[in-house]
Amino acid sequence: MIRVAWLVAMKDLRIEMRSRVLLWQVVPFAVLSLVLAGLALGPEKAGSSSSAPGLFYLVVLFVALAVVQRSRGLESTPGTRASVATLGLDPAGVFLGKSLALTLELWVLGVTLLGGSVLFLHIALVGALKALPNVAVTLGVMATAGTLYGALTTGGDGPVTLLPLLTLPAFVPLLVAGERSLSAALYGGPLWEWWVIVVVALVAYAAVGIAVYGVLEES
Amino acid sequence: MSSPAVALDDAVVTRGGFPLLAGVSLRIDRGTLVALRGANGAGKTSVLRLISGLERLRSGAGEVLGIDLLKGDRRELRRRVGWMGHDGSFYEDLTVRENLEFAARALRRPLSDIDSALDTVGLAHRYSTPARQLSAGQRRRMALGWIIVRRPELWLLDEPHAALDQSARDLVDELILDALGVGVTVVISAHDDLGPRLAPQKVVTLSGGRIAGSP
Repeated sequence: MIRVAWLVAMKDLRIEMRSRVLLWQVVPFAVLSLVLAGLALGPEKAGSSSSAPGLFYLVVLFVALAVVQRSRGLESTPGTRASVATLGLDPAGVFLGKSLALTLELWVLGVTLLGGSVLFLHIALVGALKALPNVAVTLGVMATAGTLYGALTTGGDGPVTLLPLLTLPAFVPLLVAGERSLSAALYGGPLWEWWVIVVVALVAYAAVGIAVYGVLEES
Repeated sequence: MSSPAVALDDAVVTRGGFPLLAGVSLRIDRGTLVALRGANGAGKTSVLRLISGLERLRSGAGEVLGIDLLKGDRRELRRRVGWMGHDGSFYEDLTVRENLEFAARALRRPLSDIDSALDTVGLAHRYSTPARQLSAGQRRRMALGWIIVRRPELWLLDEPHAALDQSARDLVDELILDALGVGVTVVISAHDDLGPRLAPQKVVTLSGGRIAGSP
């Protein structure tokens, strides 16, 4: 399982580095969304508003959906699916590999967006650094959940628009926990309970994904 | 006497309630060449997909390479077949070599086989070209390279001569003859005659998801 996970993760990351979709399409989209969020708040409110953590995670949500869709798209052409299916890869390994690659991609986006939030939403740099570990784990959960729901929507030739519809409700608790933990890091308050939520979610999605990914792929 | 490579008995395959195969019975001996003929939509590709473990057997019985299609491990079966579909799709942003390397690593095949496979299919000079930049014929060659690296026991080729020039057709025929020479079983779907070099032991004609004739 670990061998397959590593193989799939390296393959997805190599494709990403070659195509540069993340660099030239998703990152500009993310930064633009953040700038627009800052403009929507108004320049005089952006610096003092407690809405910054929520806006940060809203933008994270949009870009996460785009990246999940992209990750799924790599496998979804009928020819590729047939060719790769005949390799008989361990589905749990495929799930973990795709989740790992997606997590690393989301980390790049997360760091970029935190930097952007310091610039455009004027959040404190120290607070952003303090929130970084929690943001990293939250993005890991999003990647894991996204990989799982991605298999659910495209495994059976489902329409691509189904992915956001199914994934958004799953992301809501993460969004709330992430926003609260970022607020706590920026403006003070207890962090640990939000840690519990994201870690439990990570373990739960990973366990479910390992158990059912193969079934979803076959359906 | 060894068990057949493929044994289907009244095999039914459906997709979305629509029968792709409506009771196909077929026996293919090991080390033989079999051609599946028929018009578009006759069920040729569905038979290949069922044999490869890509489609689920809805009813009837089937065994491929000793693996039961209903109760057996279809993932294990897939590892042992070589599939070449219509479009020869791969990871478009990976190079020819990287695609073959992925297959070799996935199946724990020696990476040293890749260069000779690329030589064999005439793609050695395009090893660093991303798959998306290949022509239709080159994609077919890459699909063949993928099969060579994998060393499967059963080759399933869906219209392997489509979109190929004469030299590429000759290459396909040569590789099939080489495979047959070492005991591999080859099943080919084709609209037309397979040409003068390939003489199938069995020609199966399909129509409407059933076998219409097998001389």
